Amino acid sequence: MPELERHDVDVLIIGAGGSGLRAAIDASATGARTAVVCKSLLGKAHTVMAEGGVAAALGNVWPEDNWEVHFRDTMRGGKLLNNWRMAQLHAQEAPERVLELEEWGALFDRTPDGRILQRDFGGHRYARLAHVGDRTGLELLRTVQQRSVSLGVEVFMECKIIRLLHGPSGEVNGAVGLWRESGRFVVFSAKAVVLASGGIGKTWKFTSNSWESTGDGHALALWAGADLIDMEFVQFHPTGMVWPPSARGILVTEGVRGDGGVLRNSEGRRFMFDYIPDFYAKETADSEAEADQWYGNKRDFRRPPELLPRDEVARSINAEVKAGRGSPHGGVFLDIASRRSAEDIKRRLPSMYHQFKELADVDITSEPMEVGPTCHYVMGGVRVDGDTTASTVAGLYACGEVAGGMHGANRLGGNSLSDLLVFGQRAGRYAAEHALGIKGTTIVDEAQVDAVCNEALGCFSAEGENPYALHQDLQETMQALVGIIRTESELIQAKERLEGFAERAAAVSVEGHRQFNPGWHLALDLQSMLAVANCTTGSAIERKESRGGHTRDDYRESDPDHFGKVNMVSRLHDGVVEVSESPLPTMPEELQALFEEGH
Amino acid sequence: MTVVEETPGAPNPNGGVAPIPVRIGGVRGGPPLRKILRRDTWWLQPALTALGLLGFIGYSIWAALRNGDFYAGAYGRDYLSPLYSPCLTHSCTTAGYVWGGWSWWRISPAWLILAFPGAFRTTCYYYRKAYYRSFWFSPPACAVPDAGSTAEGNGLRKRYSGETRFPLILQNIHRYTWYFAVIFAGILTWDAIAAFRFPNGIGLGVGTIILVINAVFIWAYTLGCHACRHLCGGGLKQFSKHKSRYWLWKNVLTHLNEHHQLFAWCSLFSIIVSDLYIYLVASGTITDPRIF
Amino acid sequence: MASTTEQAAATTNEAAQSAAPRRSVTLRLWRGDADGGGLVDYEVPALEGEVVLDVVHRIQATSAPDLAVRWNCKAGKCGSCSAEINGKPRLMCMTRMSTLPQDEPITVSPMRTFPVIRDLVTDVSYNFTVAAAIPAFSPGPREADGTYRMAQVDIDRSQEFRKCIECFLCQNVCHVIRDHEDNKQYYAGPRFLARLAELEMHPLDNLDRRRYISEQMGIGLCNITKCCTEVCPESIHITDNAIIPLKERVVDARYDPVAWLGRKLLGRKPPKSATAVAAVAPLWRDRGAEHAGAGSKEA
Repeated sequence: MPELERHDVDVLIIGAGGSGLRAAIDASATGARTAVVCKSLLGKAHTVMAEGGVAAALGNVWPEDNWEVHFRDTMRGGKLLNNWRMAQLHAQEAPERVLELEEWGALFDRTPDGRILQRDFGGHRYARLAHVGDRTGLELLRTVQQRSVSLGVEVFMECKIIRLLHGPSGEVNGAVGLWRESGRFVVFSAKAVVLASGGIGKTWKFTSNSWESTGDGHALALWAGADLIDMEFVQFHPTGMVWPPSARGILVTEGVRGDGGVLRNSEGRRFMFDYIPDFYAKETADSEAEADQWYGNKRDFRRPPELLPRDEVARSINAEVKAGRGSPHGGVFLDIASRRSAEDIKRRLPSMYHQFKELADVDITSEPMEVGPTCHYVMGGVRVDGDTTASTVAGLYACGEVAGGMHGANRLGGNSLSDLLVFGQRAGRYAAEHALGIKGTTIVDEAQVDAVCNEALGCFSAEGENPYALHQDLQETMQALVGIIRTESELIQAKERLEGFAERAAAVSVEGHRQFNPGWHLALDLQSMLAVANCTTGSAIERKESRGGHTRDDYRESDPDHFGKVNMVSRLHDGVVEVSESPLPTMPEELQALFEEGH
Repeated sequence: MTVVEETPGAPNPNGGVAPIPVRIGGVRGGPPLRKILRRDTWWLQPALTALGLLGFIGYSIWAALRNGDFYAGAYGRDYLSPLYSPCLTHSCTTAGYVWGGWSWWRISPAWLILAFPGAFRTTCYYYRKAYYRSFWFSPPACAVPDAGSTAEGNGLRKRYSGETRFPLILQNIHRYTWYFAVIFAGILTWDAIAAFRFPNGIGLGVGTIILVINAVFIWAYTLGCHACRHLCGGGLKQFSKHKSRYWLWKNVLTHLNEHHQLFAWCSLFSIIVSDLYIYLVASGTITDPRIF
Repeated sequence: MASTTEQAAATTNEAAQSAAPRRSVTLRLWRGDADGGGLVDYEVPALEGEVVLDVVHRIQATSAPDLAVRWNCKAGKCGSCSAEINGKPRLMCMTRMSTLPQDEPITVSPMRTFPVIRDLVTDVSYNFTVAAAIPAFSPGPREADGTYRMAQVDIDRSQEFRKCIECFLCQNVCHVIRDHEDNKQYYAGPRFLARLAELEMHPLDNLDRRRYISEQMGIGLCNITKCCTEVCPESIHITDNAIIPLKERVVDARYDPVAWLGRKLLGRKPPKSATAVAAVAPLWRDRGAEHAGAGSKEA
């Protein structure tokens, strides 16, 4: 093997989305030598797709709002399965993280008195989402990107990390990467590694996620010996476009429903009124008349059921489609055209309008959209310490979507952007602290490096199938058998198929040479996706209840006495994913008191 | 590919302290740049623009050389051609601004007058785009190589320096030409008002209407000017501290500016039409119909 | 890679999805790398409601698995899939097949202003180098309550430029660098002139970048032929709202004799010089050389 390119850093951050760059800002501020590695170009991360806003209890629109209310909303949304400490820190620190963005040049929409305007979103008691039209994610990413650049953070673009390296006592001390552009390997030695690699959506067929969301961070952590938790909780956004193909998988922001859009079935009925769970009955309108008044007077009327948490909406749509009342292409209708004037829609949802007009020639001001559940976000991820974001392996940290626990069984809209700011900052700080506490130079184990490189090159000499075909089969399987509604028999069937896929993956072959070869990249990504699929399927089998982003047809109720008190932990044992239960951390009494009657 | 600190013999056209340390000299992808891949009629727009501008230049040369028949006073109409306003050498009795009776002036006064709006239009951001595309081919259309393209080593011009050197650096005086343009817009407005004066009181002729439309277009073009937009409010950092300037900037000038190209052409045509009409009336070729 | 056009009819498994593909469509893709390349025809069945990127993906999944193309969101929000479609710079994910003439081959070539890496993928590091040369946002202190106050009317202008998805189509189409490679060293390009306009118009920013914009960012090279505005997928009025206002601001600082005389007579200090501003720009840390030739790019 020729001499490899090498870089020695203190903190290696994998992923240049919002959380990775936010971590980089704080890590480099401590003086640690910081490098960010990302699979795409800088500024293209999936964070740009977040539309709604950043949830933070700034109290600009509702002075009544505070971190305790936000905390409670988050825990309720997560069906109390959240890591309470993360939810607490998140609610407490989000406002300062948002204000800090302004110091770096972010321009959120304003209130008349010049403060940050906040908007309503499903599951949030008060209007709480700081936003910029419907492109908040772009604003956030651009802000941390420009801040990182001005701080001189080093970014390695279009580089995929294949494996983490570990030292003699199991601690993470580096990584092997692959330059997508040249096809050459690169070795990083690092005293701390922060995973900020985002989600796993590409494992499913219908997804809003980009090609990058292949669960690399989840898999890297798993292979490094870390625990993953809650992998069965995958959020399906209730309203992804199902037609036309050019727009399929694109999410229609909840803002459309917040601004008056309603869901109808093929009979034209506003069916969400049929699916209001008791848990939310008190704060949800039970007639169309009351719901319609809420838009103009949010103080005196209850919210329309279209603004129930995402999983409730997704499940309702699924039920309508299964009952044969869906739209021609297997979704339902989301109608704002008949309820608001064209000018209103264009003003309030400009990029939504622009996007569909350009992309699919669909005019949302004149016709209803066809929408259905689409894989969007994974709540589960690397098990981390709430305060420091440290994983169960020394030197390995995780933040953003790749970290588990923060959102419990389901994530509220707007909480992902605040999550990545709060825990990105913490990950950067604590990873740097850890790195700066280690003296001496980092020596990586060359045998591990060689093994990783050789394995990655294996598919050039293999005589198996095209990786695209295997990827397609994996996606079909996960969509059909580990989708939004699950049953034991299907999950077990999925598990069997995954074993077959693992064999096929080992024999996948790629054409062409090493330079910018997407087939090869997909073959490597498939390893991550298979690892993730195993964790999700295994955890989904074990959690025999319905809760948040995990809905079992054979266990329709939630089970507060047993499953409500445990996390499902996925761990690698002799190369096989094993799932076990682990008790949920107990919330202190003063926080528990927030959930009692009267609040 | 190497990082280029300095390219010998390539002085920074901006006069700055150092070049940006970008990599240059890599191999470009795609078919050669000189091969135009556009399938649409990209040449139509610059061709029409060139035709229009040449037409106007040709007409105004003819009109300036004419040095006569620009005032219809002899036929009872206070119509003065915009190409000869203010009236410098002629006896225009009541119409327009009579600065004149410059009997010592030998050549057509139109040359003197044309210089001011001419400078305004020459340095106008819209017309710059128009003639850079149509006459300079710099570039003739988007993603079509410009006449000086050096990417394939066959450009006509060695180096492109944009508006950083003499004479094009003078484009930066645009705002001064605008000040004069405002004066001329005022004069043409007065001419339009004067066109309501008939020998026996107030009246309205076809020529009056033409001159009023001309004045409106001239104002729409002059106020839509980018320099005007900057001076009024665009140069401010905080609009909220300058309410009335903001109002004007947002509700008037920005809208006019969005249609700057339209008004640039409308006013060009209205000048030609005004001059031609007045010439026809003043030379006795046609009679101006009086509406009331 | 052969430089001649060759036929590579693609077999697809789309028959299952589309009952009966009636027509076919030919994409003429540029394939190659720094050693050269050429246009290659790929014929695939025409399906309803697709964009160019959908078709490129179908080709990739069937007949050309090693076809290099950048893409991420496939929704016009990340600006990764920039290319030249029938000679026009566009996003592949935002170009519907139905808007293109389908009776003849549709040419898709890489952005031609940046060095090619492979097929449709180009080396856009120029843009990241320029981004690093921009003097950072420098706000004043927060209000007493720990927040910043800004009126919506004061941020409308900068918000328009912050819509930018950095697809670099404007940089690609700009003839200043497209046709004149040397100018890359002296010219920020439309994307970054818009970024500078955003900072100049930001109500909290306290830095005067006007001389820097003129002397280092090369605004004088722009001859406002508006191609950047024409190709912008976000419909940002780059020329009218960013570049021309910046040019006027530069006139204020450099070319306005009345302003100059006023400063002389009233003894006002001229704006901070370019070098003073440059001190805050990370460009001068000269990190450029570190990774050149190592296959990586500086940020």
